Amino acid sequence: MVKVDIKNLNIWFGSVHALKQVSMVIQANEILSVIGPSNSGKTTFLRTLNRLSDLNQNFRMTGTIKLEQEDIGNIDTELLRKKVGMVFALPLPLPLSIFDNVAYGVRMHGTKNKKILREIVEVSLNEAYLWEEVKDRLNESAFKLSGGQQQRLCIARTLAVEPEVILFDEPCSGLDPISTAKVEDALVKLKQKYTIVLVTNNVKQAARVGDMTAFFLGGELIELDKTDKIFTAPQDKRTDGYIRGKFG
Amino acid sequence: MRRLKEFIIEKLILICGLASIFFVVLIFLFLLKEGLAVFKTVSPFKFLLGKSWYPISEPPQLGILPLILGSLLVTAGAAIISIPIGVGCAIYIAEIAPLRIKETLKAGIELLAAIPSVVLGFIGMITLVPLVKSIFHLPTGLTALSGSIMLAFMAMPTIVSIAEDALYSVPKTYKEGALALGATHWQTIWRVMLPAASSGILAAVMLGIGRVIGETMAVMMITGNAAVIPNSILAPVRTLTATIAAEMGEAVVGSEHYFALFAIGIVLFVISFAINVTADLFLHKRQ
Repeated sequence: MVKVDIKNLNIWFGSVHALKQVSMVIQANEILSVIGPSNSGKTTFLRTLNRLSDLNQNFRMTGTIKLEQEDIGNIDTELLRKKVGMVFALPLPLPLSIFDNVAYGVRMHGTKNKKILREIVEVSLNEAYLWEEVKDRLNESAFKLSGGQQQRLCIARTLAVEPEVILFDEPCSGLDPISTAKVEDALVKLKQKYTIVLVTNNVKQAARVGDMTAFFLGGELIELDKTDKIFTAPQDKRTDGYIRGKFG
Repeated sequence: MRRLKEFIIEKLILICGLASIFFVVLIFLFLLKEGLAVFKTVSPFKFLLGKSWYPISEPPQLGILPLILGSLLVTAGAAIISIPIGVGCAIYIAEIAPLRIKETLKAGIELLAAIPSVVLGFIGMITLVPLVKSIFHLPTGLTALSGSIMLAFMAMPTIVSIAEDALYSVPKTYKEGALALGATHWQTIWRVMLPAASSGILAAVMLGIGRVIGETMAVMMITGNAAVIPNSILAPVRTLTATIAAEMGEAVVGSEHYFALFAIGIVLFVISFAINVTADLFLHKRQ
């Protein structure tokens, strides 16, 4: 099933042409890894999917992005961001308890019932593979968690508002290999329920977890294919050069 | 040669740095020397809590409670008016206003800060005082309320500019994190931006209050200067600052009255110092 359908997407920030004629389809329940050197437009691409790019006053866009056949420009921004959740590069827990961090978005969307909140928190933490580690200390400050745990907490927080698509913006860039492995485990299991777009600077990570891999360079989508194919027989020389570490 | 130059410049700058502290200490010592003399005749307790201020009666009655209450009342009134408006204005400038309006507003606020207090007092006397008088059917419009309103104007630039700074320095990631969870703009401001900037905003409020409590000219012109314990915000009051300004000229040097005015200065100094230190603590907590 097609989850996100992007056609002729162009983005400018002032006079900078950040994304050029990008068209692609993201299937439901798959992980799309987006790789490319810095300034290739991959983060811009990600932040356009939940209209976070709109915050920049110089932002301009042409083309269409459809979420299940509906143009995201026609969806209420808050509802869109609820449906298309995002996890940032640096774990950003709020200065609250572990429980309140996960319940934060849910409460904001109007759920007050304590029993329901408890359930949502437990389910979300379970899905983010954090429940076992924190179930006895839900009332402790989120800052007491390690970096990797904090990142999984942020994933749980995003899951708690029941998104359909989750955008990950280099979620492991600040984590050690063991924490990274745990986050990756969580990612792979999450795709059963969600559609995932993962921007990563770590080419090996893309190879490990992605079903599909997209390579961006200079604002253009150079190549998009099954991950196996991208990493074994890329069509474009530039893709080949990048994944072999020749540039970027 | 270059070393020597470095050395001299460094020492010169050091002296500049020390000068400010040196002057503060000097002023405080002078205040203490002149002010503490009053306690030879009045006990500190009676001075602070005495209910009547008749400095030139015989014997003089030197109780500054009415003055302290006058200052507090005017300041509290000004705070109640200026804090919500000031913080609201800061939120608008920092978060909502489009660039052009933002620039205009900021320039306006700076201009407000540049108006001399005597001019504000004068304008208040001509416009605000008759207005207060007619709205509340009072015998006189020279009341604590009039003073509070005018002082609110003076506190506002401080509150707005520092609170705006505090909001501006909230990391962008906090805001994006909240928005990415589907929060509305206002939910983001209320639940994320304001709590994150709270220490800076508190500092802004404290500094604004510090400005108000030390203000003299405008309050002297429009609060009525009656040294009695105020029974409502619509009564004339006299503040600590106005007392010093009004009476220092006529007090005989070396008299109890003269010493008492200096002692009022100490009280003011201590209050402002406490407020500034509190503001500083909040500001440092932020960093």
